Amino acid sequence: MKLSFSLEDEQFRQEVATWLQENLIGEFEKLKFRGGPGDEHMFPEERKRWEQKLAAGGWTCVGWPREYGGRGCSIEQQVIFYEEYARAGAPGRVGHIGAGLAGPTIIAFGTGAQKSKYLPGIVAGTELWCQGYSEPGAGSDLANIRTRARFDEAGARWIINGQKVWTSLAREADYCFVIARTDPGSVAHKGLGFFLVKMDQPGVEVRGIQQITGTSEFNQVFFDGAECNAGDIVGAPGDGWKVAMSLLDFERGVSTLGQQMQFQNELNEIVGIAKENGAARDPAIRQRIAKAHTELKIMRYNAMRMLSSQGSGAGSLQQEALIYKIFWATWHRDLGELALDVMGAESQILEHGPYQLSRLQALALFVRADTIYGGTNEIQRNIIAERGLGMPKERWQR
Amino acid sequence: MKFAFSDEQQMIRDTAESFLAEVSTGEAVRAAMATELGYDAELWQRICGELYWPAIHIPVEFGGLGLGYVELAAMLEQMGRYLLCSPFFSTVCLGANALMIAGSDEQKAQYLAEICAGRTATLAYTGKAAAACGGQWGAEAVELVAQRRHDQFVLNGTLRYVPDGASAELLIVAARSLGSTGAEGINLFVLAADRAGIECRLLPTMDQTRRQAEITFDSVTLPISALMGEEGAAWPALAKIIDLATVALTAEQLGGAQQLLDIAVDYTKERTQFNRPIASFQAIKHMAADMMTRAEVARSGAYYAACVAQEALEHGELASQLPEAASVAKAYCSDAFFRNAGDALQMHGGVGFTWEYDVHLYFKRAKASEHFLGSGDYHRERIARLILD
Repeated sequence: MKLSFSLEDEQFRQEVATWLQENLIGEFEKLKFRGGPGDEHMFPEERKRWEQKLAAGGWTCVGWPREYGGRGCSIEQQVIFYEEYARAGAPGRVGHIGAGLAGPTIIAFGTGAQKSKYLPGIVAGTELWCQGYSEPGAGSDLANIRTRARFDEAGARWIINGQKVWTSLAREADYCFVIARTDPGSVAHKGLGFFLVKMDQPGVEVRGIQQITGTSEFNQVFFDGAECNAGDIVGAPGDGWKVAMSLLDFERGVSTLGQQMQFQNELNEIVGIAKENGAARDPAIRQRIAKAHTELKIMRYNAMRMLSSQGSGAGSLQQEALIYKIFWATWHRDLGELALDVMGAESQILEHGPYQLSRLQALALFVRADTIYGGTNEIQRNIIAERGLGMPKERWQR
Repeated sequence: MKFAFSDEQQMIRDTAESFLAEVSTGEAVRAAMATELGYDAELWQRICGELYWPAIHIPVEFGGLGLGYVELAAMLEQMGRYLLCSPFFSTVCLGANALMIAGSDEQKAQYLAEICAGRTATLAYTGKAAAACGGQWGAEAVELVAQRRHDQFVLNGTLRYVPDGASAELLIVAARSLGSTGAEGINLFVLAADRAGIECRLLPTMDQTRRQAEITFDSVTLPISALMGEEGAAWPALAKIIDLATVALTAEQLGGAQQLLDIAVDYTKERTQFNRPIASFQAIKHMAADMMTRAEVARSGAYYAACVAQEALEHGELASQLPEAASVAKAYCSDAFFRNAGDALQMHGGVGFTWEYDVHLYFKRAKASEHFLGSGDYHRERIARLILD
């Protein structure tokens, strides 16, 4: 067990920090600390240019193998990259779904043709992705997919009909990966396919969902006879669930360390307010701030454990991986409450009308999504109890 | 960066686990609890003479095994899991640490070798002030008075909450010069517990798996050679000793939190009501999931702190993080252990309330460990001072 990084890795840290310092300037200056959760709708055009700036520096896909245009960084270096990225206040990535989810999935399961068609645009920061998993009837019960994909023999293409929901970045994205039912008589996780679908086509319509924050980072996506080529299915028809679930494991990857650095930035902002308005002298607030600090500190080591045990052969059943999501999500939700309580009555006054929230006000509302998306806390507890502790499953009839 | 056990660390952990599962059964713990000593002297002799556990992190030059704090934590985790009744914590995590941090070369050579050979020791630094305002475990808890008389010190006063204080053969005591306050004027001494003028009184305790004592000094005279370090300047060393002990305690707490989860889950899989195991009810599963989350987070916290403690002993680059790491781990692990104990009791239903089942032993140990070396609230306030003041 060793917590410190090697000299070589510390030099890499310096390289990342220097690059960010020299490039996060000029038109990108205003993007600092922007575009994170609850703020993803801000500055989309500038953030697209920032993604390409990153690409020019070779920083879009640091963990990918070099043969696919990645930087081939070790896990330690990826951790360092994401930490420095967040420390510098660099903006939320518009390319993160491509670089973090779609790309690794295509690398793991895709054909040679899919790799050469889709990976270069992700690396270059020119093609953005979104994720088509949830549906109105498939939330916690994610396998209850109703979107259908029918193979049109004559046209040698897949025709997709259905509706996806809670799709972030759908308006900016060039492609969506979609789980759809290829076997019309199938139920649950059987008979599904994993498709790569172009967004700019007549059969795809995006509508924003106005959220608790008043803004619309999340969207509904309607597929009405949308098409993709015969070669745009990842894996075989029927393999969709397997592909989709492997992708969720990438979600628990190294970028979580960057997420934590962002959490640290948020906590620092709250500490700043507490010192300024005197809340830092209140014993109850002191306890809550210290608790937040304590748990964030340990969260880093939860992630380090998860990363250190990756590749040990024990797979995703590792206990620390099972508890990871519920712990950060609950922590972040509590942080939102802390932010408002530190601000006191001033937390209720908006910067300006009609509904312009400050960054922390938006955070306090947006974090209510954290314990819902990506598996609610209740679903997480079921997974922990059933997969981690071997407690009996509920049996429901479909 | 590698935040996982090495093969050797895993082996140490596994060996400790299998040994303790065999010797520290519920029955053995209860038998030890019933003795005045509070532990099985024969078992302690085996632990020292056959397993060399007290020597684990003592440097090789002083007769120890020279392993690290992570290895120590891995063993303590198992001791906490099996509620081992022994003077290990007091002797090694208080006594040996104090000698390693504050002892002169002569003191280390003599006393560390004795500890390796099985002599018991403890650190006594707190007076009743440690219980003030719900717990104050820093310099303000030092109440014993040491007055210099030429080439001697004369000690007067009462120490309290001293782990194994009635049975330890060697005492390391903190005492302050008359009229000094806070971090000023603090001395550390090492002495045999049977010295004239010392009265050690066993305190009956709610948790019977670890003994506590009150020690009264009535004009006890000590030679200059008993002094550890410079006169009146022991606080930085004592602070480090306390932080190291705090880190060690969190490993024990982690073990207890994990064991409570395991026994509660096993029980709910066997207990049936409404014709089904109660483990199949979501209300039970979710409580168990929260217990596992707390145990796993406690694990990350305790081992992070153990890594920092190792660096503090080696003067590594993370050494300065020791106070923060100790408080982070203690704040989390204290609450995790006690909350897991409360949940385990609830999941056991009526039998969890009985003397016969083991849950109450852990419940009481959890509360005792929470209040020893500072509760969660105390350590959060320490963190608050670091980041807010």
